[in-house]
Amino acid sequence: MVCLAVDLRVALDADPISLDPHEQLSEGGIQYSHAVFDPLVRWRQDGTFEPRLAVSWELKDERTLRLHLRQDVRFHTGNPLTAEDVLFTIERLKSSIDFKALFNVVRNVDKIDDYTVDIHTNHAYPLLLNILAYVFVIDKTFYEGRSEIVKFGQTFASTNVSGSGPFTVHDRVVGQRLTLIRNPDYWDTQSVGNVEQLELLPIRSDSTRLAALLTGDVDVISPVAPIDIARVQRTPNVKLLALTGTRIVMLQMNQARREEFQDIRVRRAMNLAVNQALIVEKILRGYGEPAGQLSSSAFWGHVNNLVPQSDLEQARELMKEAGYQDGFRVTMMAPNNRYMSDERVALAASAMLAKINIQVDLKTFPKAQYFQFFDQQAADIMMLGWQSDTFDSNNIYEFVLACRDADTGMGAYNAGRVCDRKLDDAIMLANQEMDVAQRVALLRGIEMRAVDKAWVIPLYWQPIIWASKQHVDLESVVNFLNFPYWGDLHVSAP
Amino acid sequence: MLSFIGRRLLQAMFVLLIISFVSFMIQDKMGDPVRQMVGLSVTLEQREALQQELGLNDPMLIQYGRFLGRAIQGDLGTSYYYKEPTIDVIASRLPATLELSFAALVLVVLLAIPLGVFAAIHPKNILSRAVLLFSTLGLSVPIFIVAVFLMYFFAIEWGLLPSFGRGETTSVFGLWQSGLFNRDGLQHLLLPSLSLAFVLTPIFIRLIRAEMMDVLQSDYIRYAWAKGISAPRIYFIHALKNTMLPVITVGGIQLGTLVAYTILTESIFQWPGMGLLFMDAVTRVDVPLISTYLIFVGVIFVVTNTLVDVVYSLVNPRVRIPGYS
Repeated sequence: MVCLAVDLRVALDADPISLDPHEQLSEGGIQYSHAVFDPLVRWRQDGTFEPRLAVSWELKDERTLRLHLRQDVRFHTGNPLTAEDVLFTIERLKSSIDFKALFNVVRNVDKIDDYTVDIHTNHAYPLLLNILAYVFVIDKTFYEGRSEIVKFGQTFASTNVSGSGPFTVHDRVVGQRLTLIRNPDYWDTQSVGNVEQLELLPIRSDSTRLAALLTGDVDVISPVAPIDIARVQRTPNVKLLALTGTRIVMLQMNQARREEFQDIRVRRAMNLAVNQALIVEKILRGYGEPAGQLSSSAFWGHVNNLVPQSDLEQARELMKEAGYQDGFRVTMMAPNNRYMSDERVALAASAMLAKINIQVDLKTFPKAQYFQFFDQQAADIMMLGWQSDTFDSNNIYEFVLACRDADTGMGAYNAGRVCDRKLDDAIMLANQEMDVAQRVALLRGIEMRAVDKAWVIPLYWQPIIWASKQHVDLESVVNFLNFPYWGDLHVSAP
Repeated sequence: MLSFIGRRLLQAMFVLLIISFVSFMIQDKMGDPVRQMVGLSVTLEQREALQQELGLNDPMLIQYGRFLGRAIQGDLGTSYYYKEPTIDVIASRLPATLELSFAALVLVVLLAIPLGVFAAIHPKNILSRAVLLFSTLGLSVPIFIVAVFLMYFFAIEWGLLPSFGRGETTSVFGLWQSGLFNRDGLQHLLLPSLSLAFVLTPIFIRLIRAEMMDVLQSDYIRYAWAKGISAPRIYFIHALKNTMLPVITVGGIQLGTLVAYTILTESIFQWPGMGLLFMDAVTRVDVPLISTYLIFVGVIFVVTNTLVDVVYSLVNPRVRIPGYS
């Protein structure tokens, strides 16, 4: 394939905090990792897994997965990639603060031969491939002996890199730019990617980022604020790419703080009073998907007929039945710079609750302060946007719906103090169920019960919005995970 | 002279001590730095362990004491995000901010002096009225509106100037990354410095105009006219020099405004200077960097105020500063 080599400038709202792929589990970090490293497997846009460093895999038994590795892969240093590197990487992930929660389930990894490994788990684990998509294999020879991960200090790995990915790190000015150059010896010769130099620029302010695209100073930006979408669409030489994400933004009603919330009629009434469709239409300008449940349609727990309901009459009726027709006063907290238009959404929701006489005293904070309050459960209603790291429903249930348990970490973000043993049992089962049909049934069961009990108020799935120049084929690399594969990006002549 | 410097140093130490103390005491309210650096699924336990490791669980006064102890040895801490000593981080961003402020000041001088003098000499002229109207506008419009406005027209609509960043820089003596020596850098500099100048110029125009009108009434100017000295010499040498005293004072105070406005301007134009650094540090709760920035700004204030006092006595020999002769 004859390719035109191009330079691409991408402006994002954040930059990776370190060159170490295992230091922080964040969107920016994983986006960077996909450019400079390769995962064992990765997600396709349709939600299935694509072989990368692992060419094939088979389940040996319920707790053992055998992986066959590619044999022609070399790191940027020139060292060949073998089973040793995979062992080294997974061991490191198990000790990384950010990744250990995901990798605890892996008991150990055995090397069978140079290009075959067996992964043993502590119990049958249906999401093993989901977490293998986070195994960005690093060069053992390069990192060994200096692979420590320090959160608040400089390490060898945070400033030096040897991955196997489509790009090598050329230059990094922390907080200003990260310049990547195409790896000439990349193993994936089938890739249509033709970006020779990729420059990642953090631009914090939404309007400045947009201006940079409109002036042509950069080629691709993300995210685009809902208010600016019309502006992008009006401009002929740029295009908008919006996907439904899987981050579910919700309101949690704290039952330990308010006995009113223990009454299912009140929770149902609140769910009915909040008009999700209106929030999406007016505040998110029609982008994003109004939610009547927690699992987005990309997840197995999604139940098609659980659509958001809003019915003020019925809501008032329920409040009356519960004996609260005169309403009550509650406090609510929300962040103002964490989720897309979060403050305005919180305002809208509190205005909607006022319609059934629930007076909401809303306070909003920058995310740095907000999450301290969140941990303290400092208000009766809290806003949370949850992104499942495994891209599976059960992760949401574990963190948001399960009873709080400090030892296991279950329910760590359950600010509603929901504790429903039936749900907990199902969550435990779904974590070990290997049969797909059974597991889907379990997850949907959890979803339906949670909606039936109105444990939380789901609002919407936050959209993933990118904008780029017309000749950038962004559609083929951006996915619902919001991990664009820059290595495969094709840019045609402008 | 010595006692003057000594006194100033003492004052400076005192000011910096207070600033550092206050910046330390507000830390608690800014949020949890650990939270900003870890993923969502990291357990409370692990986060607490990290906090312990960073010494964030100790009483504030103990933390402050520890900070002071290190500060005396010249170590103001390590930035959580940049993972480098905060002084180095700020020093690396300093050139960008200094060049921006310098460019803005040059624009202010170039605009305010001629306009102010003109408005004083011809108070009834239609142009003078226009200048005054403009200065009222400049005083009342907040800088972010000016900046966004400039960006919208000059960068987006007309495509004349770049919208963000500093552009190309050249290394001067290997110490200073400067954008002043190439076309690209200067083009990038224009919009941010113009928006800074837009909000700072009006006050100086008004000040110079008012002072100048006053001075032009004084006896020595009349005497100069009578003596037949040329008009430009009277206006720009004899009169202007005496209007400069209050201008310098206000200028020194305005420096604070300049620092504050630089934060906004840098955020809007993604100008990689200290202001943007500070904004980012606040969002990330990068506490050591925040403290160092505040202390650094304190130093700038003390130094410029001292300089203002010195310049004062040069411009007007009648001024006597205690301890300085």
